[in-house]
Amino acid sequence: MLSRTASSLYWLGRYFERADFIARLVEATVRLDVLSSQPAGEAAWASALAVTETEEPFATLGGNLSQTEVVRFLTLDSSHPGSIVRCVDMARNNAKAVRTALTREAWTAINRAWLLFENRTIPRSTTDQMNLVEAVKTETRGFEGAVHRMLRNQTTWFIRLGQAVERADNTARLLDVKYHILLPEGERLGGAIDRDQWTTILQTVSAVTAYRWLYNDGLRPADVIDLLLARAELPRSLAASVEETVDVLNLLAKRTGNHGEADRMARMRASRMAKTRSGEVIASGLHQFLQAFIAENALLHGAIGRQFKFQ
Amino acid sequence: MGKQAFDEIMGTPGDTTARPELAALGHWIEETPDAELRRRQEAAETTFRQLGITFAVYGENEAAERIIPFDIVPRVFLHDEWTRLSEGLVQRVEAINAFLNDIYGERRILKEGILPEDLVLGNAQFRPEIAGIRPPHGVWAHICGIDLVRTGPDDFFVLEDNARTPSGVSYMLENREAMLRLCPELFREFRVAAVDSYPDLLLETMKSVAPHGTGSNPTCVLLTPGHYNSAYYEHSFLADSMGIELVEAADLVVDDDIVWMRTIAGRVKVDVIYRRIDDDYLDPLVFRPDSALGVPGLIAAYAAGNVAIMNAPGNGIADDKAIYSYMPDIVKFYSGGECKLRNVETWRCREPQALKYVLDNLEDVVVKLVDGSGGYGMLVGPTASKQEIEDFRAALIAEPHRYIAQPTLALSTVPTMADGGLSPRHVDFRPFVLSGSKGVQVVPGGLTRVALKEGSLVVNSSQGGGTKDSFVLMKDQSQRMGAGGMTQTMGGMSQTLGTMLPSAGADT
Amino acid sequence: MRLSIDHHTIYRFTQPQGRLVQMLRLTPENTHDQTVASWRIDVDCDARLRPGRDGFGNAVTMLYAEGPVDGIEITVKGEVLTSHSDGVLRGVHETLPPALFLRATEATAHDAAIAEFAADAVVGARDRIGALHRLNRALHQQFVFDAGRPEPGLTAGAAFRKDSATPRDMAQMFAVAARSLGAPARYVSGYHHTDFEVVHFPTPHGWAEAHVDGLGWVGFDPCTGMSPEEHYVRVAMALDAAGAAPVAGSRLGEGGEELDVDVVVQRED
Repeated sequence: MLSRTASSLYWLGRYFERADFIARLVEATVRLDVLSSQPAGEAAWASALAVTETEEPFATLGGNLSQTEVVRFLTLDSSHPGSIVRCVDMARNNAKAVRTALTREAWTAINRAWLLFENRTIPRSTTDQMNLVEAVKTETRGFEGAVHRMLRNQTTWFIRLGQAVERADNTARLLDVKYHILLPEGERLGGAIDRDQWTTILQTVSAVTAYRWLYNDGLRPADVIDLLLARAELPRSLAASVEETVDVLNLLAKRTGNHGEADRMARMRASRMAKTRSGEVIASGLHQFLQAFIAENALLHGAIGRQFKFQ
Repeated sequence: MGKQAFDEIMGTPGDTTARPELAALGHWIEETPDAELRRRQEAAETTFRQLGITFAVYGENEAAERIIPFDIVPRVFLHDEWTRLSEGLVQRVEAINAFLNDIYGERRILKEGILPEDLVLGNAQFRPEIAGIRPPHGVWAHICGIDLVRTGPDDFFVLEDNARTPSGVSYMLENREAMLRLCPELFREFRVAAVDSYPDLLLETMKSVAPHGTGSNPTCVLLTPGHYNSAYYEHSFLADSMGIELVEAADLVVDDDIVWMRTIAGRVKVDVIYRRIDDDYLDPLVFRPDSALGVPGLIAAYAAGNVAIMNAPGNGIADDKAIYSYMPDIVKFYSGGECKLRNVETWRCREPQALKYVLDNLEDVVVKLVDGSGGYGMLVGPTASKQEIEDFRAALIAEPHRYIAQPTLALSTVPTMADGGLSPRHVDFRPFVLSGSKGVQVVPGGLTRVALKEGSLVVNSSQGGGTKDSFVLMKDQSQRMGAGGMTQTMGGMSQTLGTMLPSAGADT
Repeated sequence: MRLSIDHHTIYRFTQPQGRLVQMLRLTPENTHDQTVASWRIDVDCDARLRPGRDGFGNAVTMLYAEGPVDGIEITVKGEVLTSHSDGVLRGVHETLPPALFLRATEATAHDAAIAEFAADAVVGARDRIGALHRLNRALHQQFVFDAGRPEPGLTAGAAFRKDSATPRDMAQMFAVAARSLGAPARYVSGYHHTDFEVVHFPTPHGWAEAHVDGLGWVGFDPCTGMSPEEHYVRVAMALDAAGAAPVAGSRLGEGGEELDVDVVVQRED
């Protein structure tokens, strides 16, 4: 397979995954802001920006931290490289470049997501906003399904590799930022605001029900962290993303004979992850742990690029 | 156009029934309701749209991806018509190859005064940068599209030779696919030569011109400018059907005068490149230095004999409109015989007498820019406005050497679906001719382009043209395939399989 | 005359480059009046060099270097024996007919002002060779010699509107002027020795050749107003300076580049 093709597939996976994540983040934040018993207001939107690390570009635009402004910024702002519209656009560009490697179904999902944004006006009402993110989620789900129905070969694996690397990054950021906000000084753990915030996290990674299945102890922050960090059963957990990365790299190594730096890094990370206990992580500093994880994930991304000669 | 033209199906003007050999097609046209024809045509176009067989119109924004309209009524070549045509095509393409080999080598044709020296040496299409390079196996014009028009039963004329990167072959294949699916009854009536082996023949041609010593399984790639190019669909379609990599310039590197492609498993040596980018963008070290599309060092690898590039760089001199009018002499010079395919009479405006004639008869002639294409920079006298004629007059007087002129021909027509039902529309034809190390072959079929506007002679897709399938009838039409398909019984359930079609594997 | 040449070309990149591909036209060949006694091209990084020939028949060397490359220094050293030639080129294998060199290029596009200048300059000339010598002298007198590095992309037409000109611009103007008179003309790159104090040149030298029936290709150097003689070493020719460029390069990587060239030509006898 051409390196460029592999690179496009990988990036296609990353961008579409990112679009999906931002859609979920927006949805969960809208809920947090509007639907919870005690509206979180600016703080909720500031945290959404913090998760995507876009406080600064947002501030330079001079908008206020309102639902309308931030949602517009995260969904439709084509000048902002982290917006859904840009992620979808980048995903589609990559898909176009490897068009013949994709099934029609997979291409159509991406193309339909792209068409959602054609001549789109700014969604002002909460309903409009929820409709938009719901529509994006429908297409990303459709794509996910289509990828699973594609031939199990390098094409699928590079897409899945991009998704896994992106997912690991997104979940780590989500957890990091929320955890910071969740422990403001003087706030009582387990209070009402807290509860809504923790629910937001679970919603963002579609894990509300999963949480109830796995922990029958009510909503406990330590359990939420455990779920997102260490439970490989949850597809969006760090543990699952780390495992998926190893698995996909293994499949690629078997097929292409290309085995190297990225495999070693991914395997080392996975074996460390398997020994990680969330309780210990919390005790010794979740923030430091997540920062190191994000940095390592970026290194792995670089190693993948080198191993498969993306550049 | 007031003149009645020869109709490919109905025959000479005035005939009310189809040509005898095509009586069955005449019946089919009569018996199939317009609404049904229209429905099938729409079904075909829907498929094309879904497949993304689109082209981008230059000058319009990116969203302007259009499909080329498809017409359901095929144009048909009788077997002996095709035989004569093929002989002419083979002779012409052999001459084009010989001409290129000579013009970049010995230049015998100039020394013997067959062609004016300045017409070649002063022509921007003659590329001194590649002079002296011998392409592997001496093949230059691997894929030619020869544009033909017809004015009568035996009157075929070459309108233009395309020896650079002719496009349109994907339409030949997709149109046939659509016809097999939508009008299977026609293939029961007529034994039509299959075109679906084209990708195999093309790949065979590619492999046959691999540099000596590359082994039995050379690595072939198709080089595309990328997915923004208007013909990208065709590039990906051909690469897919041949099972070769579709590469962009950035995927190729030249090292030590060898071309490699960058794959996830490392570098893979490339032996044959079917390039769909222009000479200018092949290698920034040799051609345009500002080209981001090119592969630095490609020409060095080519000159060293380590890679075959098809079509060969520098081919533009063979299909240049200024050279065109000399083609009969060129064919005669290299083949030793008379040119079997006639040229359209052409006035070279660089010659004062010709210029005078053209200026005196602007209302009746077609004027073309020597270096124009796609129907741009062209005057069709009989349908042009006064203003257009005067604009061209001024341009001709200012720069006569940039123009040629031809008489307006009564191009043949084929019944075509129009707003008010079937109606004759003018067509042209582009067959595809492949040249490999083992000789020249013509694929039995091609691309028929049709001017959808009544009376229009401009068939270019960018100017409102459409396409049709082109049937080439096989020799023995008595052995028609029996009607009905095979019936298979399975566990008490019977299933009628699709009609057996004369073209094997047509449904793949 | 025995001439020694020491030519350094140094590229420094602001960021490391992934790979470099360069086409070097840095190898002189033997002619009737020019014998290459020794010649070598050295590169200060791990690179592969491949000899070849371009369409004009010039000897070229392809240079392939794998990154990361911060910079590259190409060193050319050699000795050439030359003899008196009256400026007439002999013993060179020509791959293209003279008529090709009537062709204009972007840098040597037809220019009405140059054509008018050429027509004036040759008034009174008895034959083609006489006319070309007059043109050469007229160009020499018209411009102040500019010893600096030529401005990238400057066309002959634009150069003609200035007061001073570099050898490259002078030679390209000569080509445009000669072609306007119907004489095939081309650009030549190479080296020359002068008796000036300064021996360090910022670029190789450039002059022109025009074709005269009966004589063949004849050299003209508008910088001196004379024909190149035994103190010249001829390396490459093409329709314009870009086509005969000593180094045509392409690099894969971000950032800018700095170019430093130093040419020293010395007389050994």
